[in-house]
Amino acid sequence: MNVLAYLIPISLLLGGLGLVGFIYTLRSRQYEDPEGDARRILSSDWDDKPRSD
Amino acid sequence: MTATTTSNLVACPGCLARPTQDIEAVLPDAKRALSLPTIHCQACISKVENALLAHVGVRAARVNLTRKRVMIDAAPDVTAPELAALVIAAGFEAHELDPGALSQTQTDAAGRDLLMRLAVAGFAAMNVMLLSIAVWSGATDATRDMFHWISAAITLPVLAFSAQPFFRNAWAALRAGKLNMDVPITLAIALAVITSLWETGLSGEHAYFDAALALTFFLLAGRWLDARARSAARSAAEELTALEVPRALKVIAGSPEEVSVSALVVGDVILVRPGARAPLDGKIIEGTSEVDRSALTGETLPVLRRPGALMSAGEVNLTGPLMLEATAVGTDTSLHQLAALVAVAESGRSRYTSLADRAAKLYAPGVHILSALAFLGWLIWSGDMRVSLNIAAAVLIITCPCALGLAVPAVTTAASGRLFGKGLLIKNATALERLAEVDMVVFDKTGTVTMGTPELINWDSLSDRQKSIAYGLARGSAHPLSKAVVTCAEAAGVAPISGLGRLRENPGYGSEGALSDHRVRLGRPEWIGIDAEDAGLCAALECGPGERTLLYFADRIRPGVTDLVADLRARGIDMALLSGDRSPSVAQMAEALGIETYAADMLPAEKVSYIHDLAQTGRKILMVGDGLNDTGALAAAHVSISPAQALDAARAASDIVLLGQDLSPVADALATARLATKRISENFTIATIYNIIAVPLAVAGLATPLIAALAMSTSSLTVSLNALRIGGRR
Repeated sequence: MNVLAYLIPISLLLGGLGLVGFIYTLRSRQYEDPEGDARRILSSDWDDKPRSD
Repeated sequence: MTATTTSNLVACPGCLARPTQDIEAVLPDAKRALSLPTIHCQACISKVENALLAHVGVRAARVNLTRKRVMIDAAPDVTAPELAALVIAAGFEAHELDPGALSQTQTDAAGRDLLMRLAVAGFAAMNVMLLSIAVWSGATDATRDMFHWISAAITLPVLAFSAQPFFRNAWAALRAGKLNMDVPITLAIALAVITSLWETGLSGEHAYFDAALALTFFLLAGRWLDARARSAARSAAEELTALEVPRALKVIAGSPEEVSVSALVVGDVILVRPGARAPLDGKIIEGTSEVDRSALTGETLPVLRRPGALMSAGEVNLTGPLMLEATAVGTDTSLHQLAALVAVAESGRSRYTSLADRAAKLYAPGVHILSALAFLGWLIWSGDMRVSLNIAAAVLIITCPCALGLAVPAVTTAASGRLFGKGLLIKNATALERLAEVDMVVFDKTGTVTMGTPELINWDSLSDRQKSIAYGLARGSAHPLSKAVVTCAEAAGVAPISGLGRLRENPGYGSEGALSDHRVRLGRPEWIGIDAEDAGLCAALECGPGERTLLYFADRIRPGVTDLVADLRARGIDMALLSGDRSPSVAQMAEALGIETYAADMLPAEKVSYIHDLAQTGRKILMVGDGLNDTGALAAAHVSISPAQALDAARAASDIVLLGQDLSPVADALATARLATKRISENFTIATIYNIIAVPLAVAGLATPLIAALAMSTSSLTVSLNALRIGGRR
């Protein structure tokens, strides 16, 4: 059962990573335009280089 | 669901928009917003953005497809109409929005805050649940204790953060000496954590950390759904407001210049063009014109205004340009004085307690008494403080209004989503519940059951010559009656009379021209010399010396009204028609629609007292109105609906805004509201049944954390699924 000493922190860390990722997306306002963002990926406008602004 | 609801929302603002005067003016704000009702795909996004970025003054342009608008960062000398023209040239519909009216950020921040708490609670609930499953499957001794301690370490900080909204609401309610849903929630969470910590400290078997977190998670989900549905409706309502850009033409050194209405002061001279709405109260110093007062009074007949007369904010100038000297601006205008009436009327409505609050009133004391009794009972019977506290916590957790917290928001979200699809914006959280109770509908006449655009009714009785003369004279005028003549003539395929010369429009009187040395005129009956005192809405036509006839007009009925009236009658709902218009035309309209009760010549305050008197007798009234004169009545009624074409003040005073021209969705709204209330009470029943099964177990001391978790999750799921049935049935 000693393996628990590693597994529990690891599982918490991984879950926490997901949480931090979600909070980052929320903070950087990535849910403002879900429909638009889903569509933008289909356009080839900025495929060669990222937009500068 | 987000996708479907938001895409429907923009269908109408586009057709409502009246382009503002295309005046080149410098406005100080650099942020511009355009509404783009027709965009729908990635190609539209890049076309619009590229079209805008091609302009040298544009620094950045970002399309938001969800809200169907584009935010533009541009140099100060680039005007919004200029940018709109660029987008229109690229093949899209574009309307200018007032960025100041788009104050979405505040509601968004509240929603984001809830979502953050929800995410943290979800993360913690999942982890603690995993640990708990290990305990339930038979972990013992040191392993169990360790799992419990880890759970506690996760639970305590997470609850301190995520459950804050409940703690705050509960505290506010308790301080006001009341009980709401948040009080038992807070108590359950606190008691669960305390007993679990105690149990863990004594190496006990049962800990409720997972239950406390799951409870927080489900309840936050309900709150978030609620916040989101309201923010979507509010954003759409804001967009309607933002479409009315508050600009005025200020006359500076003899030439008109476009300025923001808020910059005007008393004594400024402004130009009100034909077709424009007066932005402030003022005295006419130059020009003669007819004025449409229907938004303020409900009168359909335009009024003649000469220099020296007063014009109130909200009145529409019809024929000739008018110069106004401002006598009152901003909150001093007569338009804003109506707002005081709204405030008074609204104070009556705030007494409404929502279904959730009523349930909480029954529920909260019951839960507290039950858990206190269980605690006392066990304490007396066993004398063991620890066991008794455990039982009390179990009772509180199991009875905690987890499903009840979801019962209402899940249903209202599903129902507003469905009504959104039909073009109804539910602005107020309890509007649906109140709508379901309605047993009487009161309509305003002008602009609500009628379109506010007149229609010629005695066209067929005119001779062909009269028809073509009338058409020839009416063609050049922007007056609504002339437009009605033109519509009629074009529909009938009549050609305008040839040889009509010296055509000119006398503002405030009518159009005249010369036809083979005779004077021909179309205009006000008094001007032409016919006495038409009681004829209602009419114009006179003179086709030669002595050849005079009257043209009668009637206001066009809004589409869907007859269906709506028939539908309401079939449901046994009483109806009444209120109007500030004159008696004959109101009576005529009431008869045409088959509404027996009507009242004419009503002042705004009389409308309010009419509604009040009916409400005193216990009637639940739905007010449907659009004018500024209705705002008080809209606020005084049990629930109110206004069409999107209504003025901002009327839309602000009503609970529900109807997009589109058709009034028949009101019947759908009633049906959906009743269905929603039925679902809500079903949900309450489901939650109660779960409690009836689980509470005896808890009181008997048989409830384990596993049973609590099962009861809580299944009841929450059942309730949410039951709520979703509303959205599914189309």
